[in-house]
Amino acid sequence: MAENPVFERATRFLSALRHCQVLGLRVHSASNEGLTVILPYSPQIVGNPQTGVIHGGALTSLMDTACGMSTLCVLPEFEVCPTLDLRIDYMHAAEPHKDVYGFAQCYRVTTDVIFARGFAYQDDPEQPIAHVVGTFMRMGTAVKGTKGFGGAIASGTK
Amino acid sequence: MTDTIKDQLKQAHKHGDYAPLLDMIPYARLIGVECSRVGDELLFRLPANKDNIGNPLLPAIHGGVIAGFMELSAALHLLIFTGSPEVPKIIDFSLDYLRAGHFRDTWARCQVARQGRRVANVAITAWQSTEAEPIATARAHFKIEEPLKS
Repeated sequence: MAENPVFERATRFLSALRHCQVLGLRVHSASNEGLTVILPYSPQIVGNPQTGVIHGGALTSLMDTACGMSTLCVLPEFEVCPTLDLRIDYMHAAEPHKDVYGFAQCYRVTTDVIFARGFAYQDDPEQPIAHVVGTFMRMGTAVKGTKGFGGAIASGTK
Repeated sequence: MTDTIKDQLKQAHKHGDYAPLLDMIPYARLIGVECSRVGDELLFRLPANKDNIGNPLLPAIHGGVIAGFMELSAALHLLIFTGSPEVPKIIDFSLDYLRAGHFRDTWARCQVARQGRRVANVAITAWQSTEAEPIATARAHFKIEEPLKS
């Protein structure tokens, strides 16, 4: 996947989030239309040790991250966008030993709130393992620390 | 599989110690979920852990971790109270974030709103300072197996 400014911003953003590093999340692709984040399979995120199926919580972290980061695709400047609510519908269990891809996009941006949606899949995007929809609050660029953090994400300095 | 979980459940109930049961779930170990019995109720705890941080500015716990903690709490609550032979399967999960989850211990309590033969509806509340000021509320539907006759 060719790199671009959104991809680079998204990658730097992800690298600043401790729990995302613990899960090994990485950006697969990003554009103005949305982005895809990868959750690599690992034994530490298993929810059912007998089957090796990953826990829904890891999937929720992936999709909350992907939806939250999709705001980077549509906002001209970095803004902290905390999650207001999130809903996940589980279509079927993830297959063990396979990475999960989480695609997310913003489908409506207002002055205060951003509406995002996405889905998680493994081999085939047409056969999602989960659908997600969430709303995110725009905190603006004036929140303490935002400018520095946003600047670091944009330029790659820390 | 069933026997192992059943045995662990029996032991957990007998001693009021759910750590061995939680220890069987890698994801519970990763984020660090604990469970204790308070009277006849279950109280879940997520100790403050740097690895769970998702917002470096505040700092605050990652929303996905809070969700995972609440989902896991709900599944365990059902497993422990329904005597289901299998771990309940999640159907959907919907949560509202009410306050930032700061870098401190988080608690959760569950309530089964309705338990049918095949599906259960569970409400989950998570808080840090006081239960009256939750950081998140959620509800989940689980597919459950028919309860054991014995």
